[in-house]
Amino acid sequence: MSAIRFDDVWKEYGDHIVLERITLEVAPRAFLALVGPSGCGKTTFLRMLLGEERPTRGQILIDGVPLQPEPDADRGVVFQRYSVFPHLTVLQNVLLGRELQHSKFLGRLFGAAKKAATDEAMALLAEVGLKGHEDKYPSALSGGMQQRLALAQAVMRGPKILLLDEPFGALDPGIRADIHVLMKRLWNETELTVVMVTHDLSEAFRLATRVIAFERNRDRPEERERYGATISRDLEIYPRRTAQLRAVAPIRSGRDDPAEQGA
Amino acid sequence: MRLINLRPSRQLAIYMAALPFVLVAIGYVLGSEARLAENPNDKLLPALSTMAQAVKQMAFQLDARTGSYLMLSDTIASLGRLLSALAISTAAALVFGIVIGLLPAANAMLGSFVSVTSMVPPLALLPILFIVMGLGENSKIALIVIGTLPGMIRDLSMRVLELPREQLIKAQTLGASSWQIALRVVLPQILPRLIDSLRLQLGPAWLFLIAAEAIASDSGLGYRIFLVRRYLAMDIIIPYVIWITLLAFLMDFALRLLQRKAFPWFASVRAE
Ligand SMILES: Nc1ncnc2c1ncn2[C@@H]1O[C@H](COP(=O)(O)OP(=O)(O)O)[C@@H](O)[C@H]1O
Ligand SMILES: [Mg+2]
Repeated sequence: MSAIRFDDVWKEYGDHIVLERITLEVAPRAFLALVGPSGCGKTTFLRMLLGEERPTRGQILIDGVPLQPEPDADRGVVFQRYSVFPHLTVLQNVLLGRELQHSKFLGRLFGAAKKAATDEAMALLAEVGLKGHEDKYPSALSGGMQQRLALAQAVMRGPKILLLDEPFGALDPGIRADIHVLMKRLWNETELTVVMVTHDLSEAFRLATRVIAFERNRDRPEERERYGATISRDLEIYPRRTAQLRAVAPIRSGRDDPAEQGA
Repeated sequence: MRLINLRPSRQLAIYMAALPFVLVAIGYVLGSEARLAENPNDKLLPALSTMAQAVKQMAFQLDARTGSYLMLSDTIASLGRLLSALAISTAAALVFGIVIGLLPAANAMLGSFVSVTSMVPPLALLPILFIVMGLGENSKIALIVIGTLPGMIRDLSMRVLELPREQLIKAQTLGASSWQIALRVVLPQILPRLIDSLRLQLGPAWLFLIAAEAIASDSGLGYRIFLVRRYLAMDIIIPYVIWITLLAFLMDFALRLLQRKAFPWFASVRAE
């Protein structure tokens, strides 16, 4: 749950301006969808928010504080591919964040701590519909199941912001509908601010509280390099959506977990 | 049907695989018989029975002078050198490969150094090794290490760099430190690739072993074949060469098996 602020951000690679004059305020708990033509800088925008790339000009603030210049546990991410670790089973993938958090040297938990984390991971796996697949390697899962796993893995660590880069782009429509339901539930039950890049407009409007479109307003070949994409549309969804907790126990986030004391 | 679509059945494939071996054996026997018919004392292509006799003497009879089974003691000496050298190379390649592949600063400092040293012809360094380390075991082990290590480091650091960037980002968003990334993300994924790298280095490792033993040694498989060369003892040399080949093949086979059993997830990753 964090507010994000882009303050006149530019991104250039050499002479090539990718994004320009990006000024944006995202409320805590928002679900922001980012659309735009291929190559217009959506991934670049997300990478800056991750801390993987730095703006060439301007700055990004999270809750009023300048963004850490490298990825950290405050910002979870799901990519279109390669989001889960192929050498870990489903359960191990979900456990990983917790193990890294509490075991600085070995990166592994044992005994009671492991048991507690495993129970929690199993509950989360059931939540995302992966019960019974705990011991499989990701390569044995379908694309939709891999993305569910990636979501569970990210949520388990309890990030404040969840970044999604075309996470469901490669999935069949039916599977995509299922995973939209899951995504919505995760957003309601955790305390996430979500930023999702998608090229599917209907997906954007179905899930988001706010949809932003990037576009280059000058796209003649000789101008392409000299003008970056800007925010061309900024639509609040009506009727206004807000995250709401369901009556059931919310999905725990790693942040305020009792296990923290055992670190 | 196109040739590229013609697949032999399982059974046929086994026969086809055996064929070249059988042909070579037949060719040898025919050649040997022809030469021996002309000159019964010919040493170049000894008869199978002569070789069997030599193997019996070398492998199964105590050598009066040394009080040991020569083939066994040669094998132990050679494998000892080879395996200690490969253990050193493997461990060092793992550490340096991961460090160079994962840390841009280490890559900047060591990357070109490793590239350059991997171009030094190891055999050209052998005299230096003999001078510095003497003629004992150390110089031979050092030669094999020098001959295999730079290539393995280069290979492994490239494998680390090939890991999808997304994985490293993902690990950071799960709160991993550099050390934790090395330990839980990179190391386990590099181990099966290390086995590939090691398999590729088996050939060079044997080459440097035999070379070192041929030049200065008093034991070992390479020592033996170069010793008996003076007497044109093809009946010993040929079985030794076959034995060395078999050992190398078995090591390769064992590594492949280990890779399949210990890293069941790896096959599908590689298939991508
Ligand atoms: N590391 C980089 N170096 C140079 N150009 C880059 C780099 N990353 C992205 N770009 C350029 O930035 C533009 C936007 O890329 P990207 O953000 O991936 O687009 P999108 O995700 O919207 O399809 C592209 O023209 C791409 O070539
Ligand atoms: Mg993209």
